[in-house]
Amino acid sequence: MSAFIDIIINPQFGYSVLRVSTPILFAALGALISDKAGVINIALEGIMLMSALTGVIFSAITGSAFFGLLMAVIVGGLVGLSLGYFSLNLKTDVILAAVAINMIALGGTIFVLFLVAGDKGISSSLPSKVLPKINIPGLENIPGIGPIFSGHNVLTYLAFLSVFLIWFFLYKTPLGLRIRAVGENEHAADSVGISVIKTRYIALVISGVLAGFGGAYMSMGYVSWFSRDMVAGRGFIALAAEAMGGATPVGSMLASLLFGFFDALSNSLQLLKIPYEFVSMLPYAATVIGLVIYTIRKTEQIRKIQERAAEAGGA
Amino acid sequence: MTKSQRLFEIYRTGLVILIALLLSLVIILLVSDVPGEAMKLFLTGPLDSLRHFGNVLEMMVPLLFTGLAISVMFSASQFNLGAEGAFFFGAIGAAFIAVNWNLPPVIHPMVAILWGGIIGSVFCGIPGFLKIKWGSSELVSSLMFNYIAYFFGLYLINYFLRDVNAGAMVSYPFAESAKLIRIIPKTRVHFGLIIAALAVVFTAVFLHRTRWGYRIIVIGRNIRFAKYAGINTDRAILLSQVLGGFIAGAGGSIEVLGLYRRFTWQLLPGYGWTGIIVAILARNNPIYIPVAAFFLAYMRIGADIMSRSTDMPNEFVAIIQGLIIILIAASSFLAKQRHKMVVKEAML
Repeated sequence: MSAFIDIIINPQFGYSVLRVSTPILFAALGALISDKAGVINIALEGIMLMSALTGVIFSAITGSAFFGLLMAVIVGGLVGLSLGYFSLNLKTDVILAAVAINMIALGGTIFVLFLVAGDKGISSSLPSKVLPKINIPGLENIPGIGPIFSGHNVLTYLAFLSVFLIWFFLYKTPLGLRIRAVGENEHAADSVGISVIKTRYIALVISGVLAGFGGAYMSMGYVSWFSRDMVAGRGFIALAAEAMGGATPVGSMLASLLFGFFDALSNSLQLLKIPYEFVSMLPYAATVIGLVIYTIRKTEQIRKIQERAAEAGGA
Repeated sequence: MTKSQRLFEIYRTGLVILIALLLSLVIILLVSDVPGEAMKLFLTGPLDSLRHFGNVLEMMVPLLFTGLAISVMFSASQFNLGAEGAFFFGAIGAAFIAVNWNLPPVIHPMVAILWGGIIGSVFCGIPGFLKIKWGSSELVSSLMFNYIAYFFGLYLINYFLRDVNAGAMVSYPFAESAKLIRIIPKTRVHFGLIIAALAVVFTAVFLHRTRWGYRIIVIGRNIRFAKYAGINTDRAILLSQVLGGFIAGAGGSIEVLGLYRRFTWQLLPGYGWTGIIVAILARNNPIYIPVAAFFLAYMRIGADIMSRSTDMPNEFVAIIQGLIIILIAASSFLAKQRHKMVVKEAML
């Protein structure tokens, strides 16, 4: 037990929580934007995978990590756009369209990896680049706190900054209001002249862009290569984080950190000779438990409101 | 569904398959250095020997089970994607019984398959339960359960069943009495194919000829109508998820007992996802599941044969499969033709 506490109070543990939360946070914000527009985007998983590979390939070709990031994000946006086309124009059920995108991503990335790198497992033959880490002057020297918050990948800072940006976008801009209106009640939004389809397209593209950042982080920050299925369900976990966070930016961030905590814990607990498989299960099990607790609380709230309404009506 | 509607759906499905095949040929043409050879192997490879055709039939078995499982779960309009985990974990349950128990032949595989099915039904049942009890999204929880099944399953295999002398991460060998017999000589086609055929008949009868099946289908079409009609929707939904999980878990058990001597999977096999395409192609109707499973199995084996002797990687099939899902599920694909047809019929 004391070994367990040692792990958690170690500043390195705090650092790794932020590190592993980053891709989940990006994708959770992506899930948030599309959810606000009334679309469940389970293609986040596939988008992250495609963006991760895109980043590796283009940074290897051009020698520039930022160009790789740019292409990864563009691909993310394009896949979001195509999900919009399938679901909004072709009227494919959005969940099935996303399942299809995930399937294409899983096989397609291996296919492309084989064509580009000559290997079906890992991109180590490609000279891909990594996005820089940033040391924050002043902060880095504070003992205890500096090692946790300083020296992260530039995308980690961007992810946490995005929480604020997305909050501002959703609640303080006209487009954000339109997105929320469409998700809240599309007929009402339509009746006041908001184009439902156009708004959902925009939301899905932003959602794809955010997942694109998450994917780029996976292959150009979290690690420095692409390997098959490297996203490993983070896109799905992000959906759960968004639901657990009560569909708010800050809530999604806190839930992402919670999953990051369990993910980091699963990495650290391996040092204590607890079976790797058992520990790897933790973030997923925590997700289910978190989701259930959240929905129980929600149904309780609804029940209370209904009871109060009934009492008020009776009186 | 009227006869002309059914014909239209067949025409639509045929067209999608044609588009998918054409796209495969285009991809081959673009990527391969020996496109002629690659195309020939992809299209006719499965027919060039009994062994290859046997591979197609073998591949059909898991697709039949996961396709049926997903048809049953989707019929109630529940997006439970847990068939993947149920298939994997069911197989692990069966492996435990196949390794550890001593039972006479015939009884041994029956017990193992039943046990695998029960485990599968628990795995798909929990997301269904959480949905009807508290409204937790069955989609998200079933996705999580796939990973839980995967890691927990690996843990069980590596810590309780692992044969340390085998030189790889595999279980102890299965007892001879637990294995399913081969039914076609010179191939690996096993008795599971016959069980799968029975499962198709059973599921078809259940969904279309019993009261419970009817309830499930009514819920899937319109849950509010089902509630007004006095159907206990919670119970019927849970039944569909439990039954779907049972079929998937039994399918996983049959797959390992039919094809392998030990439990060897270190990755999720992916049949749960392919089962979604099977179910969509068959419009959740068990009678069409064998056709859809055959088509997908043929395509996969064709791609495997092609990738073995040419430079084409077989993963491009995933791209084709994705396209098939999108087009088949796209309700506005060919909607104009359907409209014309309906108008023409009305004029007669």
